[in-house]
Amino acid sequence: MKTEILIIGAGISGTSIAYNLAKEGITDIVVVEKGFLTSGSTGRCGAGVRQQWGTKANCIMAKHSIEFFENAEKTLDYDGDIEFKQEGYLILAVTPEEDKAFSENVVLQNDLGIPSVKCNKEEALKIVPHLNPESFISATFCQTDGHLNPFKMTDAFYQKAHKMGVNFLFSEEVESIIKTQDGFLVKTNKREIEAEKVVNAAGGYSHEIGMMVDLDIPTHSEKHEILVTEPVERMQGPMVMSFAKNIYCQQVPHGSFLIGRGDPKQKPSHDMDSSWEFLDEMSKTVMEIMPKVGKLRVVRQWAGLYNLSPDRQPIISAVPEIPGFFVACGFSGHGFMFAPITGLMMTQIITGKETMLDRADYDLHRFKINKTTVKEKSVV
Amino acid sequence: MNDKNVIICRCEDVSRQDVIDMMKKGFVTVEDLKRQLRIGMGPCQGQNCCELLKQEIARFTGENPENIPMPRQRPLVMGVKLEKIAERAHDED
Repeated sequence: MKTEILIIGAGISGTSIAYNLAKEGITDIVVVEKGFLTSGSTGRCGAGVRQQWGTKANCIMAKHSIEFFENAEKTLDYDGDIEFKQEGYLILAVTPEEDKAFSENVVLQNDLGIPSVKCNKEEALKIVPHLNPESFISATFCQTDGHLNPFKMTDAFYQKAHKMGVNFLFSEEVESIIKTQDGFLVKTNKREIEAEKVVNAAGGYSHEIGMMVDLDIPTHSEKHEILVTEPVERMQGPMVMSFAKNIYCQQVPHGSFLIGRGDPKQKPSHDMDSSWEFLDEMSKTVMEIMPKVGKLRVVRQWAGLYNLSPDRQPIISAVPEIPGFFVACGFSGHGFMFAPITGLMMTQIITGKETMLDRADYDLHRFKINKTTVKEKSVV
Repeated sequence: MNDKNVIICRCEDVSRQDVIDMMKKGFVTVEDLKRQLRIGMGPCQGQNCCELLKQEIARFTGENPENIPMPRQRPLVMGVKLEKIAERAHDED
């Protein structure tokens, strides 16, 4: 098999890149996925989309992505429902340090056109009345943040790319990549594929894919856990989030609550087992912040991988030392919500066009050049 | 019998017709159908519907039901209130 571009990974990033390339007229594309659509981090994520970040690079990506989601069904001619809702993110400040940092974040966000506001305790309680008033000191709120169904959003990109002529290979795993004179020879468990260009969008396994071409991408994967409750009548509009308490909690349109966190003691690995420790500790945090949500029954828990970069911001980049090899990874838990711009930026980089955002901010080698890149702290 | 009236997943109210329509779109694994239709994501966590779904996939694809992979079983076996889990966790501290 021969192809112009081979994309590794059919998660939200891989499908968005495929769609954006096809839109530019490049349809000689093969997407290789070792599982099924969304079987990696995309299908395990918390399904939130937000613009309230602490760094410019993340804020801009998020803002443009939300603008895409607002019209996504129409843009992609999707016959399903992507379940997009914009009922905001309420981010709780728990310590005086957070209170101060969040005020600075709001200034940055407002400068970039993101309509976030700082709220005092009373204002926050008006937005989510069942919060325990003793559990926080202030908050920030952005109405246009919200929720989106990861399966449906990925399906929308997939269906559209597929219709435009992109070839998808599921249950097929890349085993090795050999650099050749004209490009790459990619060996999967089923066949050999000659590709002029290769795009690494392998999420939790992107570091391992990089190593196949001796490229040491500075990311690692780490387990984060999540649970879902039985569906109930609507009782919470916005996502409630706290970095200090290490929790995000949102009621999705279907009625279930999704509640998740990472474990600061977690070591780099590809472990995705569920732990009882998570269930115990998360239940305690829910009871402390939102005791009313504690009345709900947990029906399932699962885990997924954050692919963490050193500054907790994405790597969307060409690789100068390996011409034809491209990387979209290191989303640090937020690849789902940034995907529309990931696809667009990657396409602009591959086609040699001017990029809509400053590519230096997302460059693979930024960590070598500038040792003081600003680290994103607004991460659960 | 009308396939719209044959319920495969009771928790999420998914009919046999919904399953057939989705299989015609190319989604013929339990994992894919689960994500597209929410089959097995409700309170029973697939304990009632996944066997039925396996039969439907086997009928549609001609595959032997024994060879159709089932989704991973995750905790919990049955729904438990967060407040009860927290109470027990505090007791054990």
